[in-house]
Amino acid sequence: MARVVVIGAGPAGIAAAEVLSRASVEVAVIDEAPRAGGQYHRAPAPGLALDMRRLLGTGYAAYETFHNDAASVCSRVDYRPGTLAWGVHGGAVHLASRGAAKALGYDALVLATGATDRIMPVPGWTLPGVFTLGGAQALLKDQGCLIGRRVVVCGSSPLLYLAAVQYLRAGGEIAAVIDTTRFADKLRALPDMLAAPRVLRDGLHHMAALKRRGVRIIHGATIDAFEGEERVGAVVCTPPNRMPLRIACDAVAYGHGLRPETQLAELAGCALRFDAAQRTHVPETDLDGRAGQGVYVAGDGGTIGGGQAAAVSGRLAAAAALSDLGATTNDVDLEAGRRMLQRLRRFQRGLATAFRWPGERAGQLDDAVILCRCENVTMGEVRAAIALEDGAAEVNRIKAATRCGMGRCQGRFCGPGLAEVAAISAQHPGSERDRLRVQAPIKPLPIALAEDVVP
Amino acid sequence: MSAIDVDVAIVGGGLIGCMTAFALCKRGRSVVVLERGRVGGESSGVSFGSLRLQGQHAVELPLALRAHEIWETIEEELGESIQFARHGHVHLALNDEHRARLESNARHGRAHGMDITLLDREMTLRRWPFLSDKVVAASWSTRDAVVNPRLVAPAFARAARRLGATIHEGIEVARVEQGGGRFIVHGRMRDGSEPVISSAALVNAAGAWSDTLAAQFGETIPLFAAGPAELVTEPIPPFAAPVMHVVDGSILFRQTDRGNVIIAGHPRMKVDAETRRARVPPDKILINLARLVAIVPRMRAHAVIRSWTGIEGYVEDMMPVLGPSSTTPGLYHACAFSGHGLQMGPAAAVAIAELIADGATTMPIAPFDIRRFYATGQQRTLSLAEEFQADVLPPRDGLVR
Ligand SMILES: Cc1cc2nc3c(=O)[nH]c(=O)nc-3n(C[C@H](O)[C@H](O)[C@H](O)COP(=O)(O)OP(=O)(O)OC[C@H]3O[C@@H](n4cnc5c(N)ncnc54)[C@H](O)[C@@H]3O)c2cc1C
Repeated sequence: MARVVVIGAGPAGIAAAEVLSRASVEVAVIDEAPRAGGQYHRAPAPGLALDMRRLLGTGYAAYETFHNDAASVCSRVDYRPGTLAWGVHGGAVHLASRGAAKALGYDALVLATGATDRIMPVPGWTLPGVFTLGGAQALLKDQGCLIGRRVVVCGSSPLLYLAAVQYLRAGGEIAAVIDTTRFADKLRALPDMLAAPRVLRDGLHHMAALKRRGVRIIHGATIDAFEGEERVGAVVCTPPNRMPLRIACDAVAYGHGLRPETQLAELAGCALRFDAAQRTHVPETDLDGRAGQGVYVAGDGGTIGGGQAAAVSGRLAAAAALSDLGATTNDVDLEAGRRMLQRLRRFQRGLATAFRWPGERAGQLDDAVILCRCENVTMGEVRAAIALEDGAAEVNRIKAATRCGMGRCQGRFCGPGLAEVAAISAQHPGSERDRLRVQAPIKPLPIALAEDVVP
Repeated sequence: MSAIDVDVAIVGGGLIGCMTAFALCKRGRSVVVLERGRVGGESSGVSFGSLRLQGQHAVELPLALRAHEIWETIEEELGESIQFARHGHVHLALNDEHRARLESNARHGRAHGMDITLLDREMTLRRWPFLSDKVVAASWSTRDAVVNPRLVAPAFARAARRLGATIHEGIEVARVEQGGGRFIVHGRMRDGSEPVISSAALVNAAGAWSDTLAAQFGETIPLFAAGPAELVTEPIPPFAAPVMHVVDGSILFRQTDRGNVIIAGHPRMKVDAETRRARVPPDKILINLARLVAIVPRMRAHAVIRSWTGIEGYVEDMMPVLGPSSTTPGLYHACAFSGHGLQMGPAAAVAIAELIADGATTMPIAPFDIRRFYATGQQRTLSLAEEFQADVLPPRDGLVR
């Protein structure tokens, strides 16, 4: 029987596995996390009495449905939680689980690897107490922890409002929500966002709920700095046409939307292209997610599209894999799925306008600002390296000269900022861009893992 | 781009091409370097960074020592740091056969004035307590050094440029014609333009692709492409100063000033030069880590964060092709460095520059003449099975055990 390996047990991966599990193929689902859910449907650690119904509010129904489905799907397939897929080579994925290394061959590979936070560096972003937006949410949903007592939520992301609401529900105090996108851009995005009226309504709901609770919401501000000595104590921002403001806090949740996790796709041989709307590289796929010989990409790991689009794209990818393997499925209405996906993608395009990635900020940051936190590389060092290259440098060259992107995260967090500095220097038209290249392991690999390998 | 007319055109902007440009500029020649990608973007930018003298083949040692003299003062000349550090090099023996190799290497090295200390197991473990008792002996050569390979080619390119060289990135040399006693080099750029460069002399420094250029002049370099597998750990507190190298090449490692440990281990992998990208198969990563832990048990507490390899030109006798062409006056080869071009680079560059500028060189390069491939019976025999392996695909579903 052909084997399909699904990487990721979030909405896209579980939806794909669900379709696959009903067909005559062997299915394995691999996820780094100990529990299914991905980022969006992250579930609390066992034994933690966290009232998810209260925390998620109207989002609870989708959460509950997902987890019921996931439990049933995972019981039918070879589900391997707590397992890192760290390489793809020669038709096999390479796994690390509980201190052991294993290879798993596949006939089809569905990559549903999701996304991580995208960050534009600002002065003080590496201070203790500054978290990424997704990180702050993960701590809350997984561990029931708040990142501080008085939190500033800032950046540009629909998650700003959701995270702030969840923090209030969990008993936290929100000092302010600072949205770096101007309100005018939000209005401009409205036509596209109407493609998903329910999601839009939820978003407006969150804003209204925050206003009712007296939370200060600032639109279109520039984040100047996170200040503090030992840890963060304030956010300084400048609202449009106003004097800078200093907002005291003891923690910050910060992010500019999401960045697809494309490393495994790259290792599996997929072509990547620069997507001008999302301003990031994404795997080249057809609408069903075909990304290369036997490789399929679904969910945010392909195109940032949110939980609903992820599930639809997961089903389409599974159907594509089955049809390419000569197996069939009647579970997926392809036409309806594609239509829905296109609609949701339009909505996401609206979101990309309504919550802009402030790429131009990279050109304004002070030389002292740290760009690469793993290797402690400053903007100034990167600019000096660019100057040595006659003022136009490619990201891999800057990396080679400065170590920016060479640390533990391998550029997953500094990469977007670095790409902007390089683009500004090279005056790239915005379409054609170089990117940091990927090699295995895609995340730090404990050496102890190799101990019982016979050399 | 307007027509370029120079004394010397160099094909390839790796460290060999850039060093040769620098050496020619110092001799007053006008030079253009034609690099299709980025300067140092191929094997030169990704090497292990070791300037190893110890264990260099006896035939190569004289040139290696001349190269080392240049390395020792190069930063002053370049006016910038390339992180040259004289950390020394330690060969490790895991068995009696290895031990015999250390002793013979030491004899050779000492005959050339190198400072080499042989240590038995007890002395080795006392000197470097992080090693396991699988190590039965060591030899320590103190003059060997390291540099940061990522910085080398760009630094030489800048230095050459300051002396007037033109360094062109993004030009692929498509074909070369001869006319009026000159080389007419036809380039191709990404935007479709086709610059033409005319030169009196031509240097083939095209790395793993130099056989293609040689073939245009009716010469055969039996080149094949391979790459050593490299790994790097997260930064860890300093513990190992010298480069440590099991003498059969099965594992070697060094710690950077930043604390990262770089790990390599032969056999090298055969790679496809046409794809211009190569990766380390995951099985190879695991095997090299297992070997590392066997001799440095403390490494089990750390994590590897990246692997890489590069595409490099090798020939079976593992010695460079260095010197004038056998068919075409004015053409010079500087290629096939077979795993140690970084170390030998500066001397190879000076040799080519002297040949072009003075018609003769003081560098001991006679053994590296391209004509050695046409003669029979004088090749150094070397078991390929020991040094190379095909990129073995992982067994489907299997463990690497
Ligand atoms: C992983 C690795 C580890 C190594 N470790 C060491 C070490 O520790 N010590 C050591 O001494 N050596 C080491 N080496 C070997 C050393 O890096 C090489 O011998 C050396 O870099 C060769 O330099 P080069 O300039 O000849 O080749 P390259 O750097 O490959 O340069 C050749 C250049 O030619 C260009 N080119 C080719 N064809 C054309 C064309 N038609 N037109 C235009 N441009 C063209 C290519 O783009 C390339 O940039 C290592 C190599 C690798 C890959």
